[in-house]
Amino acid sequence: MHIAAPISGVVRFFALTLLVVALAACSRAPNTMPTGVGNVGAGAATPGSQQEFLVTVGDRVFFDTDSSALTTEAQATLDKQAAWLNRYTNYRIMIEGHADERGTREYNIALGARRASVVVNYLASRGVAANRIQSQSFGKERPVAICNDISCWSQNRRAVTVVQ
Amino acid sequence: METKMTLLTRRDALKLGLAGGAALAASPALAQLQIVVEGANFQPLPIAIPDFASSDPTFGREVAEIVRNNLRRSGLFLPLDPASLPIRVGDVNAQPDFASWRAVNVDGVVMGAVERGAQIQASVRVWDTAQAVQVVGKQLGTDAQSWRRIGHIVSDAIYESLAGETGYFDTRVIYVAESGPKANRVKRLAIMDQDGANVQYLTNGNTLALTPRFSPNNDLVAYMNFDSGNWQVYVLQLSTGQQQRLGSFGQMTFSPRFAPDGRRVVFSVEQGGATNIYALDIGSSQPVQLTSGAAIDTSPSYSPDGSRIVFESDRGGSPQLYVMGAGGGQAQRISYGQGSYSTPVWSPKGNLIAFTRQSGGQFSIGIMNPDGSGERLLTTSFHAEGPTWAPNGRVIMYFQDPGGNDGPRLHSIDIWGRNPQTVPTESFASDPAWSALRA
Repeated sequence: MHIAAPISGVVRFFALTLLVVALAACSRAPNTMPTGVGNVGAGAATPGSQQEFLVTVGDRVFFDTDSSALTTEAQATLDKQAAWLNRYTNYRIMIEGHADERGTREYNIALGARRASVVVNYLASRGVAANRIQSQSFGKERPVAICNDISCWSQNRRAVTVVQ
Repeated sequence: METKMTLLTRRDALKLGLAGGAALAASPALAQLQIVVEGANFQPLPIAIPDFASSDPTFGREVAEIVRNNLRRSGLFLPLDPASLPIRVGDVNAQPDFASWRAVNVDGVVMGAVERGAQIQASVRVWDTAQAVQVVGKQLGTDAQSWRRIGHIVSDAIYESLAGETGYFDTRVIYVAESGPKANRVKRLAIMDQDGANVQYLTNGNTLALTPRFSPNNDLVAYMNFDSGNWQVYVLQLSTGQQQRLGSFGQMTFSPRFAPDGRRVVFSVEQGGATNIYALDIGSSQPVQLTSGAAIDTSPSYSPDGSRIVFESDRGGSPQLYVMGAGGGQAQRISYGQGSYSTPVWSPKGNLIAFTRQSGGQFSIGIMNPDGSGERLLTTSFHAEGPTWAPNGRVIMYFQDPGGNDGPRLHSIDIWGRNPQTVPTESFASDPAWSALRA
């Protein structure tokens, strides 16, 4: 089952991606464990807004190299996401799976899909209606952090929950 | 000869004989001038290629320059500086003055002539100066619209006569042209001659387009397109510019390759995180599932006889190479070295499989026998992937990326691990696929 995303959703998705790129660039110190953008400070977000989801819930989880298993930290983030999504049921959800650049292109596209699928299944297991959720994989084609070291690649091994 | 009125193509090139009884030893069997391509003491063959004779001398020089460039880039020939030669323009109709060539230590001389008309026709002779014999004499032609092709067709004739294998110069490469910042890079399909000339862009860059592959007749291209929210396989016809989606299977469809008969496409289908390999007859809407399970099975490649498929799977934990029958069923793992293996590509002769290997934080391009024995790594770097074979099975093109904000470039290397070359492109470039020899 494949449902085409409406154009406006695509545009909004890219706008969000750009915001996230800007935020991710701030947290590139090697010993800072990336925890999504939830740690950049709460404050202005209106309850139930996309910005609140981005800033106070955290829109992304990270994976170990070549792994699509959810870490404890990832599960905690997804629990918060599920609670928020179950409260604000007017949003549809796109899960984007991504891989770092240390793999080949086709395999990474499949790996991104597997990561997205794991997140879809986890959110569904926490009560988010499956018909609200779609997923897509970008493989390694859309990195957020760009450099040649491990701290950077770990930020790219991610699944991002986009509310739309 | 009576060949002046004949339309020539590379497939029916005519043997050229000298008029007036000078058609000595037109048989290559007597010629001694041959390149021994293997061995530690390999040296490229010095060869003299004066400008081609033509009523348009600029054209004659340009065609000769294409030939010199091709042969130089093959790594098997060492074309001499034309300014250093005893003559500047070749004479295809006369026997060379062998003594004067031997005096400047030239073993092989190419004499050519080229004219434009309703089609472009070239005559070329290769002479062995030591033996004082003609190694090859051919008349070749191509249509007037694509003048650079005559240089490639002549290059192939020379290569074939001296290097013991068919050439690969009259070919094209389809690839992904990349531009813009890395986090939001535009990736569109482009096609060019194998030497980087005649670039054309095939998609507009509004969607991500990756992993193009030629059909065996070079007219169709299968690729994956990030269209309507996920990857889908498209088939594009080069002669008409028309394209269509292969079908709608699973959540995501990617990694397409043609079967050697051109009538079938094999590809990956992802559903619920599992990726399996399917095959579909072109025109049909019912794909056949070839692998099953929860693993990632992707990057399939047919053996040239169509009987088997090599692919990449992480069913055993890390990505490794497996071979199965073309109808699916039991698969045999063939890669056992340290690290992981991906992007296997069966060679045109069927005797080798090229692959990407990742180990120790580096990427290598390598080759192995189809049973996994005889593995050799040809090049290792920070990041290299995606080998594709020249149609003669002697050269591999791939892409290499220094990482960071830089981007990928196309490179080539031969199967002996010699002669690394950068393939010139206007922009960053990845995912090369080499065509068959053009008809």
